[in-house]
Amino acid sequence: MERIEQLRHTYLRHDKKFPHVWCPGCGNGIVLGSLIRAIDRLGLTQDEIVLASGIGCAGRMSVYADFNTLHATHGRALTFATGIKLARPELTLIAVMGDGDATGIGGNHFIHAARRNLNMTAIIINNQIYGMTGGQYSPTTPYGAHAATAVFGNLEHAFSIAELAVTAGASFVARGTVYHVPELDRLLEKGIAKNGFSVIEILSNCHTQFGRRNQMGDPVTMMRWLKEHAVPAVKAGDLAPESIEGKFTIGVLVDREKPDYLKEYERVRAEARQKAAEAKP
Amino acid sequence: MAKKKKEFEQHIFYDWCKACGLCVAFCPREVYGRDELGRPQVVNGEACIGCRFCEYHCPDFAITIKERGASGNGNGMGGER
Repeated sequence: MERIEQLRHTYLRHDKKFPHVWCPGCGNGIVLGSLIRAIDRLGLTQDEIVLASGIGCAGRMSVYADFNTLHATHGRALTFATGIKLARPELTLIAVMGDGDATGIGGNHFIHAARRNLNMTAIIINNQIYGMTGGQYSPTTPYGAHAATAVFGNLEHAFSIAELAVTAGASFVARGTVYHVPELDRLLEKGIAKNGFSVIEILSNCHTQFGRRNQMGDPVTMMRWLKEHAVPAVKAGDLAPESIEGKFTIGVLVDREKPDYLKEYERVRAEARQKAAEAKP
Repeated sequence: MAKKKKEFEQHIFYDWCKACGLCVAFCPREVYGRDELGRPQVVNGEACIGCRFCEYHCPDFAITIKERGASGNGNGMGGER
C-alpha cells in the first residue's frame, strides 16, 4: 500500500464519514490532506493530538480526522483548546477555524490567544466569505466584493489575518494557499513543531459562494487566481509596492522566540510552592 | 547507461470523486480527460511524471499515484522525509 493510502487509513475516519460534505473542489479537503501529511512527518500519533474546531465549513474538519477531536461552539475553538492545553499540557493542540469563525465571531479570543502565547496551533482557512450560512460577507471579504449581504459591493475593508496575528504577538505566523500545497505542508509542519502560539492562515477557494457572486465561479478559476496573486514573503520586500498591489504574501511572516505561557505558569507555581514550604514552621 | 525512466500508475477512487476538475485542469502532462459525468479518466497514463499535483490537490482523497516497481513505503509523500 502506498504511503499516502496508509495515512488516509490511519488519520482519517475513512470508513465512516467519507466522501465528505464539502463542495466539489473545496480547499478544505486539500488542507486536511496537508495536515495529515504534516502530522505524519512530525511523527505524532493520533492520541497525542487534539483537533478542536469551531462552526462552519472548516469546522467540519474535526469530524473527518481521527484524532482526539472537539467540535466546539462558533468562534470558540481556541478557548476550548486553551482549556485542554492547561489541563493536559502534554497534548498537541490544533485549532481549525474559518475566517468568520476566527476573526468575526471569535475575533477577541483569537487576538488574546495570540497575545497569551500558549503552545498551540491555529489553522485559519480564509475563503473570504461565510460559506455555510449562505454567503454573507465576513471580516475578510475584500472591499467592493459581492456577497449575499453586500449586493452592491462590500463597503467594509478586510482584515488581513496573518498581519493581525503578527501584531497581536503570535510566535509563529505564516500564510499559505491551497494551490501551493507542498509549501503548505512545510508551513503546517513548522507551525505545529513551534513552541508557542502559531497561526497559519490558508487562503482557500469558496467558488460556491464567493466565486459565484464575484465572477470566479469554478474551483479551477479560483485556484488560478490564488496562483497568480501569491507573492513569496521573502521576495516581497525587493519588489516595487505598485507591482504587489492587490496581491498577498505567502510563506513564513514571523518566527520569533517568546516565553511560553505554560512555562511561565509552572515557574509561578514552583515559586509559590517554595514560599509556602518556607512559611511552614 | 541512461537512467531508466520512472513509470507511474494513476489510481482513481470513483466512490469519493466529485468531478471538480482540478486534476484535469492542472495536470502538466494532460494525463486526464473527462468522462460524461465530468470525472477524470486516465487517457495518457504513460506521460505522467509523478509530480503528484493531482494527488496533493484532490480535495476528496480520490487519487493515488503509484510508482511502478517501487516498494510503496515512503513513496506517497514527495520530497525527503
